[in-house]
Amino acid sequence: MTTQTVSRRVSRIVIYAILIVAAAFFLLPVYVLVVTSLKSYAEVNLATMWNPPAGFSLDSFREAWVGNAAKGTHGLANNFWNSVKLALPGTIISTFLGSINGYILAKWKFRGADVIFPLILFGMFIPYQSVLIPLVSLLQVWTREVAGDWVRAVAAWQVPELIKWLPPLLANYVPAYGTIGGLMLVHVVYGIPITTLIFRNYYVGVPNELVEAGKIDGTGFFGIYRYILVPLSIPAFVVVLIWQFTSIWNEFLFAVVIANKAEVQPMTVALNNLAGSFIVEWNVQMAGALVAALPTLLIYIILGRYFMRGLLAGALKG
Amino acid sequence: MTARRFDWDRILAVVLISPSILAIAIFVYAFIAWTGWASVLKWNDLLPLQAPPQFPSLKVFPPKAPLAKSPGDWLPLDNYIRLIQSDQRFQKDLENTVVFTVLFIGACLVIGLLLATLLDQKIRGEGLFRGIYLFPMSVSFIVTGVAWRWVLTPGTPQSGAVGINLLFDKVGLGFLKNGWYTDPDIGIKAVVIAAAWQMAGYTMALYLAGLRGISEDLREAARVDGANEWQVFRHIILPLLQPVTLSAVIILGHISLKIFDLISSMTGPGAGFSTDVPAYYLFDTVFRGNHFARGAAIAIILLLMVSVLVIPYLIYSSRTEVEQ
Repeated sequence: MTTQTVSRRVSRIVIYAILIVAAAFFLLPVYVLVVTSLKSYAEVNLATMWNPPAGFSLDSFREAWVGNAAKGTHGLANNFWNSVKLALPGTIISTFLGSINGYILAKWKFRGADVIFPLILFGMFIPYQSVLIPLVSLLQVWTREVAGDWVRAVAAWQVPELIKWLPPLLANYVPAYGTIGGLMLVHVVYGIPITTLIFRNYYVGVPNELVEAGKIDGTGFFGIYRYILVPLSIPAFVVVLIWQFTSIWNEFLFAVVIANKAEVQPMTVALNNLAGSFIVEWNVQMAGALVAALPTLLIYIILGRYFMRGLLAGALKG
Repeated sequence: MTARRFDWDRILAVVLISPSILAIAIFVYAFIAWTGWASVLKWNDLLPLQAPPQFPSLKVFPPKAPLAKSPGDWLPLDNYIRLIQSDQRFQKDLENTVVFTVLFIGACLVIGLLLATLLDQKIRGEGLFRGIYLFPMSVSFIVTGVAWRWVLTPGTPQSGAVGINLLFDKVGLGFLKNGWYTDPDIGIKAVVIAAAWQMAGYTMALYLAGLRGISEDLREAARVDGANEWQVFRHIILPLLQPVTLSAVIILGHISLKIFDLISSMTGPGAGFSTDVPAYYLFDTVFRGNHFARGAAIAIILLLMVSVLVIPYLIYSSRTEVEQ
């Protein structure tokens, strides 16, 4: 063996060693999260937190999910479903809003459109702290003067026994302070810049001839959108859906100031409260964190490629 | 006939986009203006403190607080002057922000560039490594905070070493043990570890994309001229990666200036505000202390800091886009 191949082999070993050490660093918290969550109550102890679990137990998950009546703690199950109720419709609405906006800004340019577009974009670079106080204030006044009555009216609807779950659900979606609908509205509004940007840039790349051909065939505004642009922009839809779902699911600042009641709190707020609580053990917090991370983690694992594209486009969002 | 129909479509387009424009006009521009207005007022509600998460209602909209009762009583910039000149918490916050931003950006750039360069050496299992480095991006800062809070928990004299300290003991690196975020002298620097854990992989991905864009011919040409691998990296690759570094600095700086979720779930303000940041102070003072005007002033300072970072970059990148 020549010295060159030896040194080459050594440098390969060093490279792999560094990559593996780095991987260990990134997986370290995951290891703690998983082994802690799987330990039984008898086994959980900070002094043995690095030891693998002796058996297999879902005690921590159970307490994180349904709570512990003896300690008077609520589980995260309700908050998990709140996050689903918030993120799914919020994602779909803001994606369609963004695609219509992008379609108009790319293919139906009106006078001033070139000024309006950067002005819309600016909204995604601001730190949301700079709009927080008026936002909460306006929502509270709006709810006190107007929407509060709507919430109560919807919740008090007299309906047949069979659909008596419907009024409380609908009352949740009235856009007001302290409802899922209010928080969703905020996410949709502050999602406009990024969703509009991605779709507009995508639609600019669609040849105008296609749109003109549609017009000549007598297709109107919606026809061109529905039959020409939507089918062409499925990748953009996937990117935006993933991006919006992940941001809404993981968001904390708006959620903590707007969803101020336990019944409507999404997952991140409840998990944050759990972490600040002295009566909830750390293994339960770990299990809760794992549950909170799971949906977006699954999306990342399954649709990683689209996930990455969204990250590159939305890197500077507030 | 057809021409008329198209006019209707044009009107329809404007009608359909108007709600979005109106929403941005109110929720972005009017709200920022409102925050700016509130930041020059003497506006502190004297409602008793309420325990979170039951926040006190912000009663006054628009604020009717006095601008100045008599000369010498209140000056428009007093909120800012007090924050910067005499508010020790805010001064500590600014110091923490600078320390956090510098260390966080530095750590992400070094780790990101190192990992990207190594992954670019035709590595077996590259996809797996990339996936492992990048997955923290997909989870919430709250999750990151909860996990790292327990990994970096130092333990008490009764419990002995726990968390990462215990791990250091076990593998013979006991000299690395310390109090992490509970030690006021370390404070925010411990939070950098968690933040870099979340964002270093992203920086790696940016660099890797940059590296893949550099043609092999260029490196080969330098090698033919007698450059060794280090010289190729130093004089060919690094200069070509400069735009990537610039983007990464802007993106990471944008995150670090307004960091809030991670602090909230991992440490809170900490002993002697050793892990406090402006965004957390704002939250505390507005939603737990009713000092709305002071909070608004912090918000405007945050907006200015972010603008100084982002606006030149946006102008620069829109110019290069036009040139292309």
